[in-house]
Amino acid sequence: MEGLLNALTGLSLLLIVMVLVSVRRSHIRVEYSVSWLGAALTLLVLSRSRYVMHWLAELLGITPPPLAVLTLVGCLFLLVLFRLSVIISALKDTNIALAQRVAILEFHLKALDEKGKAQA
Amino acid sequence: MSASAPGSLLIIVPAFNEEAALGTVVREIRETAPGVPVLVINDCSRDGTVRVARAAGAQVLSLPHHLGLGGAVQAGYKLAFEMGYDYVIRLDGDGQHDPHSIPAVFDALRASGCQMVIGSRFVGDDNPPSSFLRRLGIRFFRLVLRPILGKAVRDPTSGFVGVNREALQVFSQSFPLEYPEIEALVVLQRKAFEFLEVPCRMRRRMAGRSSITALKSLYYIVHVLLGVFVNLLKYEGRRPRRRRHRAELGEAGGAPAAPSTQEDTWKAS
Repeated sequence: MEGLLNALTGLSLLLIVMVLVSVRRSHIRVEYSVSWLGAALTLLVLSRSRYVMHWLAELLGITPPPLAVLTLVGCLFLLVLFRLSVIISALKDTNIALAQRVAILEFHLKALDEKGKAQA
Repeated sequence: MSASAPGSLLIIVPAFNEEAALGTVVREIRETAPGVPVLVINDCSRDGTVRVARAAGAQVLSLPHHLGLGGAVQAGYKLAFEMGYDYVIRLDGDGQHDPHSIPAVFDALRASGCQMVIGSRFVGDDNPPSSFLRRLGIRFFRLVLRPILGKAVRDPTSGFVGVNREALQVFSQSFPLEYPEIEALVVLQRKAFEFLEVPCRMRRRMAGRSSITALKSLYYIVHVLLGVFVNLLKYEGRRPRRRRHRAELGEAGGAPAAPSTQEDTWKAS
């Protein structure tokens, strides 16, 4: 199980670096990086702190303890993904409304343009 | 294109890469309903859809990027509602819906007071047979929708649909994006609106192939089924009372409209 914990630590560090680099390069907005950083830091703490890991395993009734870490972190990432789905849905709705509005405005502009040409 | 006359009608045709059939469809509509504006909603086609539509005498609403059928139809509904149209009839651009059935839909729309009239291939008897998968899907959705709608619907997947101003207001705010026909019925049911089916002639598509292939049929069923139940679960506050809704629309939207000169012209022909 030590190997699994090391892999989880590596994954959390990789995720933290990726998020920080992405924020620095403006590939991800700060408000969306918070949930990923929170999940990655939780994974890091749980995979390195024996005391917290055993306490958590006892609380959840899952053995061996690293499996409890994996379960909790899995749930945490699921929540992050769900939050992103909510954000994407809202963005898609806004995008559709904007595209429709642009099309309608363009339609009116063309009609005005044609009317102006006809009058001239 | 304006909607100054009471009872004004707009015909909308959502189109995505329909250059092969669209010209004929628009010309047939204009022959059947002279004087009625035809609006083609170009869903970012890559072919000559816009050119063909304009050449045939239609106005074109061009979307800046591909939104899919629901997004395109809703754009047409929004424009029609904002321009003050009282009725909108939607036909497909592939020629499956015979424009000669437009008067039947329009008459039913005005006479019945229903918010939606569906041109049904199963109410009449001279329509070409649908594919086995389509018939199976329609039978399945008839069974699903019967208890939800409180009445039978024979052709829930028909895209030949007429709506009045009350439905226009609702659809311009909320309209399903993918495969919208069935979900739209549930949206109407949630508003306590009524619908009616009238016989319409359907034809084989003039060009192109259906976007719903055999493999996509399963996705279609799951997607629409989920959409139906999601629409049922949506919280929309108190169920609106028809009277209040009509008051919001103003007198022209709710009351049966007097025939306009525009309609008389093409109805007489």
